[in-house]
Amino acid sequence: MTTFDLNGKMVSANSPDDAPLLWVIRDEMGLTGTKFGCGIGFCGACTVHVEGRATRSCITPIAAVAGAKVTTIEGLDPNGRHPLQTAWLELQVPQCGYCQPGQIMQAATLLKDFPNPTDQAINAVMAGSVCRCMTYVRIRKAIKLAATRIEEGLDR
Amino acid sequence: MINRLPQKLPSSDEISRRSFLITMLGTGVVLGYARSPLNTAGAVLSPLNAESGGTPTELFVPTIWYGIDPRGTVTINVIRAEMGQHVGTALARIVADELEADWNKVRVITVDSAAKWGNMITGGSWSVWQAFPVLSRAGAAGRIALIEEGAKLLGVPTHLCTARNSAVKGAGRSIPYGDIVSRGNLGRTFTAEQLQRIQIKSPVERRLIGRNTLALDIPSKVNGQGKYGLDAAVAGVVYARPKVPPTRYDSKVVSVDDSAAKRVPGYLKSLVLDDPSGTAPGWVMVFAKSFVAASKAADLVKVTWESGQAAKISEADIQKRAAELIADPKGGSLFVDDPDVETAFASAKRKIERTYTTSTVMHFALEPLNVLAFENDGVFEIHAGSQWQTLTLSLLAKALGRSQDTIVIRSYLLGGGFGRRLDGDYIVPAALASKAIGKPVKMICTRADDMRFDCPRSPSVQVMRMAWGEDGTVTAMEHHAAAGWPSAVIAPSFLSRGLNGVPYDPFSITGADHWYNVGAQRVRALRNDLAEQTFRPGWLRSVSAGWTNWAVESFMDEAAHAAGVDPGKLRLRMLDGAGRNAGSAPNSAGGAHRQATVLARVAEKVGWGKPTPTDVGVGIATTFGQERNMPTWTACAARVHVDRTTGHVTVEKLTLVIDAGTIVQPDGAEAQIEGGALWGLSMALHEGSEFVNGQPKDTNLDSYPLLRMGDVPEVEVEFLPSSEAPVGLGEPGTTPVAPAIGNAIFAASGARVRHLPIRPKQVLEALAQRT
Repeated sequence: MTTFDLNGKMVSANSPDDAPLLWVIRDEMGLTGTKFGCGIGFCGACTVHVEGRATRSCITPIAAVAGAKVTTIEGLDPNGRHPLQTAWLELQVPQCGYCQPGQIMQAATLLKDFPNPTDQAINAVMAGSVCRCMTYVRIRKAIKLAATRIEEGLDR
Repeated sequence: MINRLPQKLPSSDEISRRSFLITMLGTGVVLGYARSPLNTAGAVLSPLNAESGGTPTELFVPTIWYGIDPRGTVTINVIRAEMGQHVGTALARIVADELEADWNKVRVITVDSAAKWGNMITGGSWSVWQAFPVLSRAGAAGRIALIEEGAKLLGVPTHLCTARNSAVKGAGRSIPYGDIVSRGNLGRTFTAEQLQRIQIKSPVERRLIGRNTLALDIPSKVNGQGKYGLDAAVAGVVYARPKVPPTRYDSKVVSVDDSAAKRVPGYLKSLVLDDPSGTAPGWVMVFAKSFVAASKAADLVKVTWESGQAAKISEADIQKRAAELIADPKGGSLFVDDPDVETAFASAKRKIERTYTTSTVMHFALEPLNVLAFENDGVFEIHAGSQWQTLTLSLLAKALGRSQDTIVIRSYLLGGGFGRRLDGDYIVPAALASKAIGKPVKMICTRADDMRFDCPRSPSVQVMRMAWGEDGTVTAMEHHAAAGWPSAVIAPSFLSRGLNGVPYDPFSITGADHWYNVGAQRVRALRNDLAEQTFRPGWLRSVSAGWTNWAVESFMDEAAHAAGVDPGKLRLRMLDGAGRNAGSAPNSAGGAHRQATVLARVAEKVGWGKPTPTDVGVGIATTFGQERNMPTWTACAARVHVDRTTGHVTVEKLTLVIDAGTIVQPDGAEAQIEGGALWGLSMALHEGSEFVNGQPKDTNLDSYPLLRMGDVPEVEVEFLPSSEAPVGLGEPGTTPVAPAIGNAIFAASGARVRHLPIRPKQVLEALAQRT
């Protein structure tokens, strides 16, 4: 049994220690916003925050997050109105949408580390997040829009 | 003469004939998008289901495509899969515009499979093109009926009444649609002839079409609430992961040893599937109480197969076979065959021949194949993303040995379609597994399972020839294309007869029937039997137009250089709109002149012909999108930099100019072209795999590269204003990009590349071969 903080609530998982966090979140905890893409940490669809850091949940054994604070797309903002989420809506970023929770979770840590990200910083930090619909142009725009909103204090 | 696409393609006529049936609405739906006043972004996902949906009692249902309830809510039934194209929003805008509905009162339901919907297929970039004539008239019919009844209720003559914003107005008074539905007597329906006679609004009267709105499916895609097939759940489910056999066909299970798997907690059992439909032969399903356990157990289950001869076939063998087929002049199906091709070549002043090839390309939809299947109260339920429910139902009927009307495919968001989910082969083994164990089964493929069971884009070989006459004009052109044919394997009803009586797959040759006037033209399609023995060829985004245009548009560039003519000018000269290239209303009105216009515009935008910095070049390409009968006029200019030391190609900018006729949802249209163009770039420089001993060599991102953020160039898209018939947008953006990049590499460096994908090694070799 592994106990951890999931979106602000303490939860206990019965899955074996080596079960990937992704499947515990999805199948045991019933939060399906976090997606399965490649299973080897190369696509970013499963990205969650562990203690505020973007983490590939498909290759993170559940035992590794014992006692830690885990945040999923469902917990990023209580009303689903994180500046990235509103920018994503405003610029109509998603197409199929499957990768977008992972993109947003990755971008959230990008903006923590680089509040005014350059294109190079976006390229580097978002490199691990694949969008098969190829919405990259809008993802980049939305990250910059969210950064501007946060800086101007217009949001949050 | 030129051969058109077969009549069997789902036509709008077929749909419109169905549209007068009066049916109840609201039962059995699993997915809908409803507007909510609480969400300022416009809409929230509102999952509906058979249990909670119920059947509204007082409902005005003028056609099966929508209904209006007494509160005035307009519910539009969408039979196309939502896979990123925001199709529900686009189709609903078409209805709502003609219906004069208040957009805030419109909701969309993505329906489950049912015979009444006709052919449920989402592909070919067909959805808006097919639906426009049907849904616009359906909306207009509702408006007419509401005005008639509203006029009665208002006591105002009908001719003095108008409809606007979900209300009928006349003589200074107004009654909302909802009140008309609840108070009026709306028994009116329309015959097919009546509907056909309805005049739809002129473009200047449109209030929704052509104007942006927020797509209804997007809010659920930024907060984790959107439900994809992978998210489907039911009580008492057993998880399963397949053991995919070593060859696509002819693999027989000799033995299954699950002794090691028995140590995995939660492991249940392994079963050899017996598939009467022959869709997924040689599959073993590994069951467990969780997916994690099923996956781990599957790794430990040892299966011995006796595999077919495909286990010895690799990509080079397939391509060698393609070249052999082309070399036999008697083989294949004639798709275009003008008289005097031989004469023109025999008397040619100049002629050239070039060969172009493409590698296997994988779909790699980000949501791996998965299915939830179970029998419930006499109905076999399939919960999975699907692009072609109708075809899949016929496969399932055969596999399960039950009638189609006892099977339903419930709709979910698709974590990518791209043609992979047109082929319903992945649904069969999950259904068989559930039938075999008598319990709900959730089958999830790992990425490697998904890749090994993909129906990839076939590798191809194409030979091109051109002849010039005395005065330097082009007098003849030949195009010979060999590949595995998806329709031959998956949907033989799509095959058509060539001019020599030999069947061809339109989805393995369209694009070659271009709109250039090249004099006498011959296009020959050859079916690569060895490819089809080795794998199941699939339809992949932009289908044949994604690779035939690699040959056509690279060759046009080479032909221009061989003749000492500017490649832009040569194309414009040949896009003269003469003869069969004049086009015809409604779909191809304007013909080749419209293609010439987009080409001229893209040339103007990029300053075609102006000098570029060292090692930087601009290349152009133009296509008609997917089909001659639904041309999306497309032109692309690529600006690239070539590193002569490493062979590395950097795409700096893609500029696309598109004439797709009427644009229903401009922001969605731009998104489709952007995404499609970057698919074209990804397949040009990054993707591409190969078959090795009957298996795709690459099974995950550790070796199969996709375009990522750092390699994305600036993308500029311009749509030419038009009120012509709306055509497709999901795929055409892909079609000109690879040849534009290849031509730009030549412009930058003098290196001519003729194979996709373009890897640095090929560029270096081409640089070394420059004359």
